[in-house]
Amino acid sequence: MLSSLNKTAKVITPVLRRSYATTQQVNDGIQQGVAYSQLLKRKPEDSFRSPELAHMSAINSETRKMNLFQAVNDAMLLALTTDEKAVVFGEDVSFGGVFRATSGLAEQFGRDRVFNTPLTEQGIAGFAVGMASVGHTAIAEIQFADYIFPAFDQIVNEAAKFRYRSGNQFNVGGLTIRSPSSAVGHGGHYHSQSPEAFFTHCPGLKIVTPRSPIQAKGLLLASIRDRNPIIFFEPKILYRAAVEEVPVADYELPLGKAEVLKKGNDVTVLGYGSQIYVLENAIQLAEKKMPGLSCELIDLRTIMPWDVETVVQSVKKTGRLVIAHEAPKNAGVAAEIATTVMEHCFLNLEAPIQRVCGWDTPFPLVFEKLYVPSMIRCFDAIKTAVNY
Amino acid sequence: MDHTGTVLIPEHDPNLSKDQVIQCYKNMLFLHTMDGILYDAQRQGRISFYMTHYGEEAMIGSAAALSPEDVVFGQYREAFMLVHRGFTLDEFLSQCFSNELDLGKGRQMPVHYGSKRLNFQTISSPLGTQIPQAAGAAYALKMSGTNACTLCFFGEGAASEGDFHAGLNMAATLKCPVVFFCRNNGYAISTPSSEQYKGDGIASRGIGYGMDTIRVDGNDIWAIYNATKTAREMAIKEQRPVLIEAMTYRIGHHSTSDDSTKYRDRKEVEERAKFDNPITRLRRYMELKDWWTQEEEDDYRKQIKKDILKSFSAAEKRKKPAIKHLFTDVYDELTPNLIQQQKELEELIKKYPEYYNLDEFASN
Repeated sequence: MLSSLNKTAKVITPVLRRSYATTQQVNDGIQQGVAYSQLLKRKPEDSFRSPELAHMSAINSETRKMNLFQAVNDAMLLALTTDEKAVVFGEDVSFGGVFRATSGLAEQFGRDRVFNTPLTEQGIAGFAVGMASVGHTAIAEIQFADYIFPAFDQIVNEAAKFRYRSGNQFNVGGLTIRSPSSAVGHGGHYHSQSPEAFFTHCPGLKIVTPRSPIQAKGLLLASIRDRNPIIFFEPKILYRAAVEEVPVADYELPLGKAEVLKKGNDVTVLGYGSQIYVLENAIQLAEKKMPGLSCELIDLRTIMPWDVETVVQSVKKTGRLVIAHEAPKNAGVAAEIATTVMEHCFLNLEAPIQRVCGWDTPFPLVFEKLYVPSMIRCFDAIKTAVNY
Repeated sequence: MDHTGTVLIPEHDPNLSKDQVIQCYKNMLFLHTMDGILYDAQRQGRISFYMTHYGEEAMIGSAAALSPEDVVFGQYREAFMLVHRGFTLDEFLSQCFSNELDLGKGRQMPVHYGSKRLNFQTISSPLGTQIPQAAGAAYALKMSGTNACTLCFFGEGAASEGDFHAGLNMAATLKCPVVFFCRNNGYAISTPSSEQYKGDGIASRGIGYGMDTIRVDGNDIWAIYNATKTAREMAIKEQRPVLIEAMTYRIGHHSTSDDSTKYRDRKEVEERAKFDNPITRLRRYMELKDWWTQEEEDDYRKQIKKDILKSFSAAEKRKKPAIKHLFTDVYDELTPNLIQQQKELEELIKKYPEYYNLDEFASN
């Protein structure tokens, strides 16, 4: 019996379509993904259409079409230009980086300022701490966020506590660690993780993640210049997919400030990084299926210290909150936000706070589409919150 | 220099001036005396923790070989460096008592000293973490064109950490002017070096990283001085790292939380302390030159004991740092979250004053 089952399986297997790129076609009229996002600024005049950048158009309204890795590259180029004590280093950065984020920098600034290190994450982090401890600006790269764990001790016990433990005699404010993070479609266990929550439990660090090229450039420049150690997670799926008209000027976006991307009255929908585009689609679907519904979309941007005020204000208005992130649910960032909102908005909440997260499993290869907090899972959570 | 204080090869005598030598010796005695007083203070429960330098006092030779601009990264048994650079008695005692004058604002355990003024990076407990940091700081010194290097101390136990490998390899490949200085005192708490490594100590590893390396007698202040001085010159001139392994013996317990008689013979320790004592060796060197008498010895010992006890009782009486410093310096500025938590604590204290002794702390 067993052998006949195996035989059957063998016959069927080759018939199945196996492709990471395929998605089920649903005739819901929602065009999913970054390529169709209305949040990206595809025209130069749109790029300055936010209070944070409005003042710039009068000074220098020039923009250039960039994807996310190019925007990151542009930010580092400006950092190296404006700060002679700044250096960029990590594994394979001098030929341009495995994601091209450091292209051209070694040629322009020399191999003393943009250089490869041996393959050692704890070494990279420790080296960066040391440079920053004597007042230099260290922009270190960890090739994938999945490989930041060997540097956990240097980041958590050293970088984060440097100022506090020395009574502010020393600090590593000049330290920024950049790292590609989150799902990429086929990254499996070690090219997909979103480890931000491990670090949000550590006072002294700031954790930042951008959703787009304009955001990446402004937030990265702010991170490099901020006087605290920062981990900057770059959603690698957006490196090439997200394209915007990015201001060419040197500009910073504020840390610790969330951004309300869409105003709404009935439910607050919160996320960060590439999850924002999934939430954009989930909101489109929800508003289509539930006529009259209006959702408010917030991009957290800085995961620590996060903007409690903006989120609480929004939930006080809407009375409902859906939080989504790719990282596992248990003790994830959403848990912290949900608890804080509950403490501040107890009398305003009309429904239980919904958390849509990765399942509490390692990040799987072939089950990725079932694992991630997809549009339909986020839509369902919005529906649950609204209909409660 | 042998046990009689005789320099075996005359050209190896660094020939420091009489004043310099006496200063080195006084610093060794000072450290030894302070160690005695603070060790006892911990036994009496007056400070929470302490670590002595017994048997490793000759390391002060490395301090004498550096320039003030050289940045020092230590492990925790390196107070000699601070003594040499002029950390004040009050600064030492304030740190150990965690009082309001502690430069570290009372946040770290005793002996976790640090001084921006003296280019001595604040000590932290995690072992080996300072090794790649020293490489990075050295790279920064190189970039700035400064005529200085970093000096990084660690024990032979810490050299088993991954950060040792990371730090030495990075320093070598990235040509960092850093002197790695290993204090091989035979023990990492209870673990003898025979259980720490199988190779030829730490020095043999330096060669593997492509690094010039030397092993010295860690109880001979001049051997340490000469090695450090040359290593420093090489590091700065040739912009590359150098490794020194100083062989010594940890005479004291690992710390006040350790009773070393549980894992090693008391007699062995006593013999080492008696027959291979770095302080005695230098005294004999001075005596051979007629630079030091028993009378001077007695007077100086009496004087420093008096000074230390005076500072001790002043430090003990001082208040702890203001409560606000529980929250400051986590970031460059207080975050909204920390402002909120600070308020929460203030309100709690107001609500239950009988449970908090505010008099212990300096006012905000």
